[in-house]
Amino acid sequence: MSETSYSEIFNANRSLIDAGSSPVMSSLRDRAYGCHSKYGLPGTKVEEYLHTDLSQWLSADWGMNLGRVALPVNPSEAFRCSVPNLSTQMHFMAGDSYISKEGHTGLPDGVLAGSLLELSRSHADIVSRYLGTLADMEKPGIAALDTMFMQDGFMVYVPRNVQIEKPVQLVSLMPDAVQMLACRRILVVVEQGASLRLLLCDHSSAKKPCMSMQVAECFVADNASLEVYDLEETSATNTRVTECYVSQQRDSRVMIQNLSLHNGKTRNSVHSCFKGPGASIEVNGIAILDGGQHVDNFTFVDHEATDCQSRELFKYVLDGKSTGSFAGKVLVRPDAQRTSSQQTNRNICLTPEARMWTQPQLEIYADDVKCSHGATVGQLDEKALFYMQQRGIPMKEARMLLMLAFLGEVIDRIPLDPLRSRLLGLVELRLRHGQSRCEGCGVCK
Amino acid sequence: MKTGDKDNGLVRELSEEKYRFGFTTDVHTDIIDRGLDENTVRLISARKGEPEWLLEFRLKAFRHWIQMPMPQWAHLDIPPIDYQNISYYADPTVKKEGPKSTDEIDPQVMKTFDKLGIPLEERLALSGGVAVDAVMDSVSVKTTFKQTLAEKGIIFCSIGEAVKNHPELVREYLGSVVNYRDNFFAALNSAVFSDGSFVYIPKGVRCPMELSTYFRINAQGTGQFERTLIVADDDSYVSYLEGCTAPMRDENQLHAAIVEIVVLDRAQVKYSTVQNWYPGDENGRGGVYNFVTKRGLLRGVDSRLSWTQVETGSAITWKYPSCVLQGDGSQGEFYSVALTNNWQQADTGTKMIHLGKNTRSTVISKGISAGHSQNSYRGLVKVGRNATGARNYSQCDSLLLGSSCGAHTFPYMDVNNETAVVEHEATTSKISEDQLFYCNQRGIPMEQAIGLIVNGYAKDVLNRLPMEFAVEAQRLLSVSLENTVG
Repeated sequence: MSETSYSEIFNANRSLIDAGSSPVMSSLRDRAYGCHSKYGLPGTKVEEYLHTDLSQWLSADWGMNLGRVALPVNPSEAFRCSVPNLSTQMHFMAGDSYISKEGHTGLPDGVLAGSLLELSRSHADIVSRYLGTLADMEKPGIAALDTMFMQDGFMVYVPRNVQIEKPVQLVSLMPDAVQMLACRRILVVVEQGASLRLLLCDHSSAKKPCMSMQVAECFVADNASLEVYDLEETSATNTRVTECYVSQQRDSRVMIQNLSLHNGKTRNSVHSCFKGPGASIEVNGIAILDGGQHVDNFTFVDHEATDCQSRELFKYVLDGKSTGSFAGKVLVRPDAQRTSSQQTNRNICLTPEARMWTQPQLEIYADDVKCSHGATVGQLDEKALFYMQQRGIPMKEARMLLMLAFLGEVIDRIPLDPLRSRLLGLVELRLRHGQSRCEGCGVCK
Repeated sequence: MKTGDKDNGLVRELSEEKYRFGFTTDVHTDIIDRGLDENTVRLISARKGEPEWLLEFRLKAFRHWIQMPMPQWAHLDIPPIDYQNISYYADPTVKKEGPKSTDEIDPQVMKTFDKLGIPLEERLALSGGVAVDAVMDSVSVKTTFKQTLAEKGIIFCSIGEAVKNHPELVREYLGSVVNYRDNFFAALNSAVFSDGSFVYIPKGVRCPMELSTYFRINAQGTGQFERTLIVADDDSYVSYLEGCTAPMRDENQLHAAIVEIVVLDRAQVKYSTVQNWYPGDENGRGGVYNFVTKRGLLRGVDSRLSWTQVETGSAITWKYPSCVLQGDGSQGEFYSVALTNNWQQADTGTKMIHLGKNTRSTVISKGISAGHSQNSYRGLVKVGRNATGARNYSQCDSLLLGSSCGAHTFPYMDVNNETAVVEHEATTSKISEDQLFYCNQRGIPMEQAIGLIVNGYAKDVLNRLPMEFAVEAQRLLSVSLENTVG
């Protein structure tokens, strides 16, 4: 389907879409439609999408669940996400419909967590204040398309000075039986002095091809803290496009981890902006690729305010005929003095067919800054391999250890102990060519 | 250092710094009418008495060019250029009256080059000196030491002369590195190119002296579109220097050149540029638009090509000297210092394209921005599917002097071979206050301290320049930089 066919579907089903959503969401659609008609879907001629042809990905004949039919999902998939020793507040989505939550206890008063559809009806004032104000629709991308078709999603609202100890987890599953495109929307608001940890787990072992679009908007107020761990473990038939927008006020702290453990074709982008001084962000990611998999990470950090810090670390391991792409842009605006920014992308290619593009970029208009970026593409260190073999570690194991250590640098940055060890376990499993399912579902045992 | 008064004083002083080469020469110049169409191309070709094949080459390029849009991807703000309002050929060697003699040079032209410090008389050159091809506007006025070089079999002359005397060489290599379809400015140049230098170093010959070309734009309302072709045959060596200046004018003049270098088995070419086109005044008025395509094809095994550039001039620079590492074991190097001040804009860097096995490339780029200028590094390192054992190291540093300028880095890496090792590092910062304080403490005044630090910062690159150029480059840097930091 092309831009026009999405527009046609939209026009033909406008009433159906509105009926299945809320007035707050519907009020954004006209502008989204205008932007989509104007900017369209990006092809590889757009600088930000040089190696990911989004218009082609979206051109397949995807079905959309505009009538809000309840779609069956495989519930055992959900257990892949349980993290031993870490109790979370679990929520589920099937495709783009919020289905249930696993009990609602333990959340402090005033915290809202759950279906965006429901909350946009019951708390329209809060949702309308934030929804659609951050996602940039004035450019080729999926923000406009997602806004046109969004009917449900997930939302967390943390009021002032509330610390949520227990991480909030959203498990997204794709229905097994239908070839569909899911338009998910996520809204996260962390008010002054509050803190939140959010685990987004995207799982799907659907045999049929499916595609998910996810646009997240995160508002982090003064002195608030937000951690987002976005874990993707899907199948080779899965296509996933995400855009995550972050706005940070004074002295706020944000960490975003994009972990692509198993996928088909993936494009993740993070757009963050410092609106107040003294804030910091850390954007990290790993991608483990083999077969014909593709992962494209794009980050854009906009230093609008002074005294802010950004740190990025992305690591890829490419096997088989996989392709990887990383593009990171750091913009330091005039007067954003005393900015400190660091960006690193390191990649290991294991086969002659694997291909990696990397493009770290700096655009700096202020002078009192310390900015650096580095990128490397290489192989496993032969000396280290030799050293380990000498000491009786078999070649295969030695390679494993090196890769694990290589990716471990990213995972080590996760402050939450149980999650860190769980992720290390998943990475190890994945590197051993497992489909990385945990004990819970019995698939990997 | 933060005191505003001193700041202003220093900035004023700097803006009053005169461009030393901004004079004009009053010499009779034969300029063809402004505008560009097929007839212009035919006229240029006829003026130069070119053979049919070359005219065909030009026409093909022109027909391609008119279909091309001007590229917009660079991080540059280029005002619209009226290509019909430029004269594409200006010949200062044509006498008003009397018989034409090619040996005789107008004394005015001679004086111009003397003033620029370029000796056109061989007896004036230092011993062991430098052979010069002096190009003014569209025509090469003189090439020195031709005889001495010819004894070794080296051909060093203007490209127009080479077309007449060595058509087989020119025909074989012209356009073999930079195709006329390569980009907008390459197509334009291929259609209207005028004199540049032609160098051929025969097998096994080590060129005994530095070869150099000095480009000078003099006439008003013209552009310069020179073309240089260097061929280094097996086991040869040459070091080539290029310098350029232009008068101070309020209009923007266009310079769109092509440099092609072919390096054969085990040959080595060193190409050094000190680019000092008129950068425009402190308000960004005037200055040369320098849109250049430079590329070397390392065809031979173990061949080497090294680009060294010091970019201080031009209102807008758009330049990416590149290496296509085709021969196994070939090595490409790129060393660059790009300095922008006032309202200058530069988007410069390199492309290292690894195709052969065990190829190596090094990129060292130092950007310095001051005033209201924008300075970007843009580079590509590409490792092809069969380029086993390719190795690249890139380092791009930027120094910011003043809070109104910008420094940007856009490296692209495309790796398609698992044995490749590609590394890129970049840093951006301002001059460390600690370093300045240290110098001040020891009695070194602020301007000198800045000069010292910047020269130290650029040293990795300046050290690569031949002696004649290194002195000039250091002077240029300090002239442009003194008094910039407040």
